[in-house]
Amino acid sequence: MADATPSLHSVPALASMFRFQWEEAQQCHVLLYPEGMIKLNQSAGEILKLCDGERDVAAIVAALEAKFQASGLGGDVLEFLEVAHGNRWIRY
Amino acid sequence: MAIAGSATESASARCGPPLWLLAEVTYRCPLHCVFCYNPVDYTRYGEELTTEEWLRVLREARKLGAAQLGFSGGEPLVRDDLEILVAEAHQLGYYTNLITSGVGLTEQRIKAFKDAGLDHIQLSFQDSTQELNDFLTHTRTFDLKARVIKVVRAYGYPTVLNVVLHRLNIDHIEQILAMAEAMGVEYLELANTQFYAWAMVNRDLLLPTREQVERAEAVTNAFRQRVGDKMRVFFVVPDYYAKRPKACMNGWGSVFLTITADGVALPCHEARQLPGLTFPNVREAELSWIWNESPGFNAYRGDAWMKEPCKTCPERSKDFGGCRCQAYLLTGDATNADPACDLSPHHHVIEEAVLRAAEPQPDVRKIVFRNDKNSRALSERRVLEEPKRQ
Repeated sequence: MADATPSLHSVPALASMFRFQWEEAQQCHVLLYPEGMIKLNQSAGEILKLCDGERDVAAIVAALEAKFQASGLGGDVLEFLEVAHGNRWIRY
Repeated sequence: MAIAGSATESASARCGPPLWLLAEVTYRCPLHCVFCYNPVDYTRYGEELTTEEWLRVLREARKLGAAQLGFSGGEPLVRDDLEILVAEAHQLGYYTNLITSGVGLTEQRIKAFKDAGLDHIQLSFQDSTQELNDFLTHTRTFDLKARVIKVVRAYGYPTVLNVVLHRLNIDHIEQILAMAEAMGVEYLELANTQFYAWAMVNRDLLLPTREQVERAEAVTNAFRQRVGDKMRVFFVVPDYYAKRPKACMNGWGSVFLTITADGVALPCHEARQLPGLTFPNVREAELSWIWNESPGFNAYRGDAWMKEPCKTCPERSKDFGGCRCQAYLLTGDATNADPACDLSPHHHVIEEAVLRAAEPQPDVRKIVFRNDKNSRALSERRVLEEPKRQ
């Protein structure tokens, strides 16, 4: 298995079997995969929205900090990405 | 008491969206599988929904919040408008799954499905040996399926294989696993036969012994250890050998909605056989009313309908009393506990079937293939039996 620990230079993208979208009926972002669905909380949704296979983690953190006028989000983002990678939602 | 209070709440007020929509687009099928879950009297049912009617169903269900969509049948590839339905479903935001035997899945069609946005293909396989595969489906399809897997992979789909296990093939578990490995399968579901419909007709020939099940599970576990991450293998234990029932459909009318070939909306694909309930047809009613308000969908929502031992069982929120259809099939009353549960006063019917399975192999020539002729014969028998059930 690939190294599950991302760095600020990692470039995360959604794994091929997953689809990420907003579900109106549930008022949340979800990940759809064969015969299943994961409901995401707001921060997970905001991070995954930026996992486009182009931005690196540093750029994702910067975008989130700008959007929410916050600082020091790097640790939380890396922690979430590690979980997401462990669950095979994303790849680098 | 809070729990008792919840039982008296209006069931429909609490129901969430039908997240899973199963579109059984046709009952027609080139195969004649002896464990098919289609109704045995499928030849009695009316005309298939048209393309336009299916498109309306897809739109209405998506509006209700359906997100997963399975195209099934029968063999869904029999419908030549499947590409149109897939394209619209994709457009609407469904995650689209094609559940197929692979018969009719040419490269041309896979390409068209890919272009239409099909997300996922699940291929069913009956056994690893050509002789048994062809016998169980009553056709010669094995080579075709092996070819289909290659094309499915060439178009970037993960290879997902479903093999239905039963008494006649479960001892071939090593060969089944080896075949899946050789074909580079990524997800393998080993689903023990569930005894409804055609499988129920053939139950004494298909129910494996406890020893067979335990051996197959042990072989599967050793295989998992060896292949690791390369292939994910799911082994679904038959509920006849479990102490507790399955949480069928995650609860009646909770997340699952089936639309049959002729447009009947059901809370599960077996519910049509239950007496005393009528299920609306999408030709006559809107899906939001069907899902939220219709008496059929509310019949076993929540837990107000339960009898003992389910009514006061601490596990009722976990397994919802099991399967209503199995309760009806084996006890004659859908509000009984699923007899697969060893707390059920009817559990002996399961134990008796299991005991019979331990007896010498019955005559395999008595097996009933799913085909129109047998369906008509079984329909007549059902019509004769019906007055007794009322």
